[in-house]
Amino acid sequence: MVEEKKMSTTHLLKRADFIFKSDNDWKDVLKKSLSRKANELINELISSELKGRGGAGFPTGLKWKITSEIDSDEKYVICNADEGEPGTFKDREILSRVPFKVLTAIAVCGHVTKAKKGFIYLRGEYFFLKEGLEKAILEFETFCKTIGFDFSISIFMGSGAYICGEETALFESMEGKRGEPRNKPPFPSSCGYLNKPTVINNVETLAHTYTIFKYGAKRFYDLGVQFSRGTKLFSVSGDTPKPGIYELELGMSLADFVEEFGDDDTKAVQVGGASGFLVPRKRFAETTIGFQGKLVGISLPTGGSMMLFNSSRSMFNVLDNYLNFFAEESCGQCTPCRVGCQQLLRGIKAVKRGEKNAGYLDKLLKLAETMTYTAKCGLGQSVANSFSSIVENFREEMIY
Amino acid sequence: MEPIKDLIKRLADRYGRERSSLLPILQGVVEQEKYLSEYSMTEIARELNLPAADVFGTATFYSFLENEKMGRYIIRLCKTITCSMKGENQILLTIQDLLKIKVGETTPDGNFSLLQTNCLGFCHKAPAMLINKEVYNELTPEKVREILTSYINSNGGGKENVNNTSS
Ligand SMILES: Cc1cc2nc3c(=O)[nH]c(=O)nc-3n(C[C@H](O)[C@H](O)[C@H](O)COP(=O)(O)O)c2cc1C
Ligand code: SF4
Ligand code: FES
Repeated sequence: MVEEKKMSTTHLLKRADFIFKSDNDWKDVLKKSLSRKANELINELISSELKGRGGAGFPTGLKWKITSEIDSDEKYVICNADEGEPGTFKDREILSRVPFKVLTAIAVCGHVTKAKKGFIYLRGEYFFLKEGLEKAILEFETFCKTIGFDFSISIFMGSGAYICGEETALFESMEGKRGEPRNKPPFPSSCGYLNKPTVINNVETLAHTYTIFKYGAKRFYDLGVQFSRGTKLFSVSGDTPKPGIYELELGMSLADFVEEFGDDDTKAVQVGGASGFLVPRKRFAETTIGFQGKLVGISLPTGGSMMLFNSSRSMFNVLDNYLNFFAEESCGQCTPCRVGCQQLLRGIKAVKRGEKNAGYLDKLLKLAETMTYTAKCGLGQSVANSFSSIVENFREEMIY
Repeated sequence: MEPIKDLIKRLADRYGRERSSLLPILQGVVEQEKYLSEYSMTEIARELNLPAADVFGTATFYSFLENEKMGRYIIRLCKTITCSMKGENQILLTIQDLLKIKVGETTPDGNFSLLQTNCLGFCHKAPAMLINKEVYNELTPEKVREILTSYINSNGGGKENVNNTSS
């Protein structure tokens, strides 16, 4: 760990422009990739060190490799476009501006894993994207036919449930059931949609594979820092003079980020949405945006959601809003999360109203920690991220 | 409007009768009816040869699959953090004042229902809301009044998208 920490250097904030570069060369990228062997493509991804941009940061090359090695006559590739994490809005922009990158990547994954069918699980809130995407898919499939590549892609619409972004809940939803996460293992790579081997990737992850197949792994690997290679889209919102979507190299320090996007009065940044971490001003300098080591003060950019709060904001209100979100979006399947979210919400309100003393916050912190270990899926397990980081850093705002 | 039974049959012909066709079929019924009545759900169960309890179970899970009769236009105002920081409450008051309904209610003429929802993915253009499937963002009290007035004036007779800034 010490070794790793020493090696991972921070760098200055650097903008990049890969993702939104035009996708009008997709036919070439597709043909070139389809002419390469599965192994070559997997090795390209592995040496790029691309990690999933949907939250968990799992190495993408390895994910494709596992599914490619399983013998099954039915496999699926799914693009996760459920984008429900508060403060995240970049996948929508990718799908509307460079849809062919995503379609190409899905098809190349099909080639690598021998899947014949791809899906885009699109959140219901983004219904307005459906028509344009369908047109793109039609053009894409027609081209696949002309080059003799047998692959089809369909859109599956969500219906307003944040939890369906969790991969196994997403499969349940596609299977016509309640979006309740499954136990893992088994993992999607071997047992996903309809219990068949399934590669599921975030929209942005897929868009990055396009860059890698187009330019080669090195171009991607050379960006970012150790353990956090390449670029990432950041959705910037809150108290900032320039809210929007920005592609940045991974590995910048939060201090540099705030220097660029803050309003000179930033008191805290929530990294990774409601399920991410709140970083107070005094820790901006030591916090790096990347995948490695939450424990050494380095944060994880879940979907790339960056919310800035200035000194006019009450952190109690922020936490209250997040807890309401979790309480509403919990699927209710397991007790630690169903009851835990409600208790945390009630608890902080009781402290605020003075019905409970400040020491009660410590009980709530314990409860949140217990949820991390006992909840069934990532939703319940991550409630403590924002809960603990807000309560510990802004305790006085919780009480007075 | 197509009779529900015919609609369900047509949707099942289009999407198939497997369990995995259930969500698209439920969505198709909601698109026309704005909600799922017990009758619709029972009909779907019959058409797909599923236990009615399974159809009810799935249908009640998703927030966009309403189980109560809704107005022709369903307003879903985002109440998550960024929208709440950027004046969502002012927008809510404006809508309530204009339509004379509270959250969860429908106007007596059956035209509008008002609901709250979680992050719509337009936080950089907060506050944001959906009216049926259209997104409206960077809302101000004036702007929301304008939008609703144009819905009221169009009176269902055609154009639904006014001032749509969904990008
Ligand atoms: C509660 C919850 C919500 C999630 N929502 C999303 C989402 O909206 N989009 C997404 O790509 N991944 C989401 N994920 C992560 C997925 O489960 C999965 O890890 C991801 O789609 C894998 O793709 P990647 O390897 O390309 O990141 C969510 C996870 C949890 C626990
Ligand atoms: S942790 Fe929450 S969302 Fe996840 S399975 Fe349990 S109740 Fe459902
Ligand atoms: S918080 Fe309202 S759109 Fe994201």
